[in-house]
Amino acid sequence: MLGYAVRRIGGAAAVLLIMSAVVYVLFYLMPSDPAQLVCGIKSCTPDRLALISHSLGLDEPLYLQYWHFLSGLVAGRDFSMGPSVVHCAAPCLGYSYQYTEPVLQMILDRLPVSGSLVVGAAILWLAFGIGIGVLSALRRGRWVDHAVNALVLGGLAVPIFITGLLALLVFCVSLEWLPFPTWVPFDENPLLWAQNLILPWIVLALTTMPVYVRMSRAGMLETLAEDHIRTARAYGLPERQVIGRHALRGALSPLITLAALDIAGILTSSVLTESVFGLPGIGQLTVQAVRNVDLPVVVGLVLLIGTVIVVCNTIADLLYAAVDKRVSVS
Amino acid sequence: MSETVVSVRDLVIDFHTEGDTVRAVDGLSFELRAGRALGIVGESGSGKSATALSLLGLHRGGNAEVAGEIDVLGTKVLTATNEQVRQLRGSRIAMVFQDPLSALDPFFSVGDQIVEVYRAHNKADKRTARRRAVEVLDRVGIPDAARRVNAYPHEFSGGMRQRALIAMALALSPKVLVADEPTTALDVTVQAQILDLIHDLRTETGMALILVTHDLAVAAGNVDDVLVMQHGKAVEHGPAAEVLGAPSAKYTRELVAAIPRLEQPRESKVVGGEPLVQVKDVHQVFSVGSFLNRTKVNAVDGVTLDVLRGEALGVVGESGSGKTTLARMIVRLLRPTAGQILFDGRDIASDKEIREVRRDLQMVFQDPVSSLNPRRTIGESIADPLRVQGEDASRKRVRELLDLVGLDPDRIDRYPHEFSGGQRQRIGIARAIGLRPKLLVCDEPVSALDVSTQSQIIRLLASLRTEFDLTLVFVAHDLAVVRQVSDRVAVMSKGAVVELGETDSLYDNPTHPYTKSLLTAVPVLDPELARQRRLERGQLTP
Repeated sequence: MLGYAVRRIGGAAAVLLIMSAVVYVLFYLMPSDPAQLVCGIKSCTPDRLALISHSLGLDEPLYLQYWHFLSGLVAGRDFSMGPSVVHCAAPCLGYSYQYTEPVLQMILDRLPVSGSLVVGAAILWLAFGIGIGVLSALRRGRWVDHAVNALVLGGLAVPIFITGLLALLVFCVSLEWLPFPTWVPFDENPLLWAQNLILPWIVLALTTMPVYVRMSRAGMLETLAEDHIRTARAYGLPERQVIGRHALRGALSPLITLAALDIAGILTSSVLTESVFGLPGIGQLTVQAVRNVDLPVVVGLVLLIGTVIVVCNTIADLLYAAVDKRVSVS
Repeated sequence: MSETVVSVRDLVIDFHTEGDTVRAVDGLSFELRAGRALGIVGESGSGKSATALSLLGLHRGGNAEVAGEIDVLGTKVLTATNEQVRQLRGSRIAMVFQDPLSALDPFFSVGDQIVEVYRAHNKADKRTARRRAVEVLDRVGIPDAARRVNAYPHEFSGGMRQRALIAMALALSPKVLVADEPTTALDVTVQAQILDLIHDLRTETGMALILVTHDLAVAAGNVDDVLVMQHGKAVEHGPAAEVLGAPSAKYTRELVAAIPRLEQPRESKVVGGEPLVQVKDVHQVFSVGSFLNRTKVNAVDGVTLDVLRGEALGVVGESGSGKTTLARMIVRLLRPTAGQILFDGRDIASDKEIREVRRDLQMVFQDPVSSLNPRRTIGESIADPLRVQGEDASRKRVRELLDLVGLDPDRIDRYPHEFSGGQRQRIGIARAIGLRPKLLVCDEPVSALDVSTQSQIIRLLASLRTEFDLTLVFVAHDLAVVRQVSDRVAVMSKGAVVELGETDSLYDNPTHPYTKSLLTAVPVLDPELARQRRLERGQLTP
């Protein structure tokens, strides 16, 4: 188990390192010159361009640029902003010249928003998705099962900006039960935090849930047909134990991987949800950075997204190995 | 006369599938008295497993409709409440299943599963239950049971898993044990061990046994009475020695006649001749595991043998002995890691351009289901090798081949799932002989088939051999089948050939201890001889 964990974490670190190199090379070797972008078009003189290029370190060979980037991650680095020098503490992801802010700080400011969004939504979609899926498997062929199937299809078909806008219209405009969502940090006012997020949570959970209903239903039906379930029944285990211990374990363990990927995805790129509900999360930052061609931010975000996905996947694999003892061996 | 523990009256089981009803059991009645053993034998589809499951009420909640009367130790299984049936299951009538790999929950340790079952029927704390688990695991012969109680099913071999399941049954001291093909998935020596274990436990505890099996010889050595089933009905029921020794029903007679006999020599033999295939110190090493954690497995470890022109060479061995790997190397589906294989004097082990040799090397595979492409008609599958080699692949030719293997040529446009197991194997044979190969390698060609189908396929192979002047390599785990087919036999164990000789002398006077242990493990039809063999086995393994 320990060896397996060490191997997985080592592999994850290697993937991140390779990814950072590829991203770095891709973005810094693009035909558009970052210095030119900072410099602007009208007021730019060749002298000014050279100066900016130098202060950004763009006149150095690529391997040195990458080396500075890596050492910045470990030891921090200094950026010269004309006459002044800005220190970017380790782990330094770079510096946005458009926002005059370290990239890491920009990401850290928005991470709690995306984090809050995903945590609440994940609890809802996991609890209800699995619950409904399992119930529908146990009531297979009855009206509950058919109703669930229809709802799942509906949920899959309607995109989030429709559900989201409808929810806003009904609960915030017509009924006035909830305020229009704004971002309130948890440590400022937990109650307002939850009140503002409840609608995004529900809407996000509703659109993510159908897949979980489907998968837990299918997994449950598959496991219930397995030989060891028959063994459990043949040895007189009570039905609640057969379902609760033996069937659920087999049916739900494949969901670990799916949940990890969904959580990683929503944490890093739920642009639509954030836009509909006006939440300043990572998704919105990504859209802005790409639109403004703010390359250091884009590079930082790509690395963040990669890290989140790799970390979530590793956690999923470790969890899976802990749940299913066959994994670490084979 | 001891009390009746199981009584079945006019049992009818219907399976309902979308708009279709199949009657699996049709008016079956039998009784089992305490301490006795009943064998329910029959071919696939005879209704024997459906009967076994109904004894524990395991059709409840499924798509089967069960009628009649089943009384197990006073409980009317068909009319009792779910809770009454639950209490009956395991504690008074326990069941052991065919596939020991899937019968245990992979997510829980073997010990935990026994503890759970024990506590479902006894008011015991976890420690007492665990002690009981260790005790029964030790009793069924799991070495170091106190430690292995924490092992997971995948960490056990097939035979050990079956022992663990028997231990689970034993933990509750049931009065009746129902064993549904308990040894079908196991090697012959392991099969003998498991059957001996069940036999010993029966003598020790006095529990009654219902042994469901397709193998009459397995029944012969292990039960008092035999019930032969066909199409859901009992065709014969009586003492084992009578039913198997002097069967009165026509179906039983045919079934008994179809069983390949270990002790019966084959009539025609081919002896001598120059070698067609020369296998010289061949090795096959597989690397398994992830790239960080690789281990090497010597599947075939230095085999040297000749296959003589025109002969049938049998290769026997248990699972993992390397016999299939050797077969695949001989037809160059696998490239040997080291060593030489000369076919007609040409080294096919190292040669890269062997397409032209392929026409002379054909193979028939074990699983006729998965070795045919389900999305292609059988006609297309049979024509494929002909087309590849630029031969006549016309429908006329394919129809000829179908006719040759005893299939209706008009079914040329049908898909594999429309055929039975035996017919699919005929399709596989038609595909292999279309190119008129010099060498036909058959890898367990009959192990998935019922005995009567087995003997038909074996006869087909024999007639094709003479017609096409084939040299045959016949790989199988079933020693009796191999004897019926082969002129010479090679016995493999752990990647090496431990004994090679002419069939009769090898079977009658085996020299290697491994061959001896294999031969004494084979179940025999004569109950008296079976008892004797059991004693011999007891002496072989101290």
